[in-house]
Amino acid sequence: MNLQPIINYVILPILTLAVALAFIRLVRGPTLPDRVVALDLITTLGIAMVAVHAISINQAIFLDVGSIIALISFLGTIAFAYYVQRRV
Amino acid sequence: MIRDLISVSLIIFGTVLILISALGVVRMPDLYLRMSASTKSSTLGVGTILLGAAIYFNELGVTSRAVATICFILLTAPVAAHMMGRAAYFNGVPLWDGTRYDELKGRYNPTTHILDGSSQAAKPDTTSEEAQQ
Repeated sequence: MNLQPIINYVILPILTLAVALAFIRLVRGPTLPDRVVALDLITTLGIAMVAVHAISINQAIFLDVGSIIALISFLGTIAFAYYVQRRV
Repeated sequence: MIRDLISVSLIIFGTVLILISALGVVRMPDLYLRMSASTKSSTLGVGTILLGAAIYFNELGVTSRAVATICFILLTAPVAAHMMGRAAYFNGVPLWDGTRYDELKGRYNPTTHILDGSSQAAKPDTTSEEAQQ
C-alpha cells in the first residue's frame, strides 16, 4: 500500500489549512497571550508536518527535527510567559 | 499492508484532531477556552501522528525517538499552557462574558503574585473549568 498520495493530497493540505487558521488568530489576536497561544499551536503543527513529511519521503531521520522543534517551542513559550508576567 | 493501514488511520485521526484544535483557536470566545482547545486537542493529535509514523517505519530506533518525542510533548504542553494562562490572568486578559466561576478573583496579590486566601472570604464554589487548566 502506497501512502504517498494520501499523505501528499489529503493530510498535508488539511495540516496547511490548520496552520492558516492558527495564523488568523496570530494576526487578529487581541492580546499578546492570544498570539503566543497561536504560535505554540503553529509549532505543534510543524512537528506534525515534519512527521508526516518523513513518511512521505520515507526518511526516518526527520523525526529528530520534530523532537528538536518540540524542545525549542517549549522553551519559547516559557520565555514568552515570563515576559508577559513581568510586563504587568 | 495491515501495518500501513493502521498507520494511515492513526495519522488521519490525528490530523482531524489537529484541525479541530485550529478551529477552536479561531472560534473560541476567550483566551482560556482557546488555550484549552489548542493544548489538549493538538497534543493528542501530534501524539497520534507520531505513533502512526513509528508504526509505519517499524524500527527500534525510530520508535524510541517517536515515543520520546510523544513523552516530551505530553510533559511540556500542560506546563507551557499553565504558565501562559497564569501570566495572562495576571496581565488582566478578560474572561468570557459567560464565565460563571472565577475562583481566583481577589485571591492573588496583584503586585507580588502571591496567593493569599485571606484577602477575601473563601466561598465554597464548585469546581470550575479555569482551575483545572
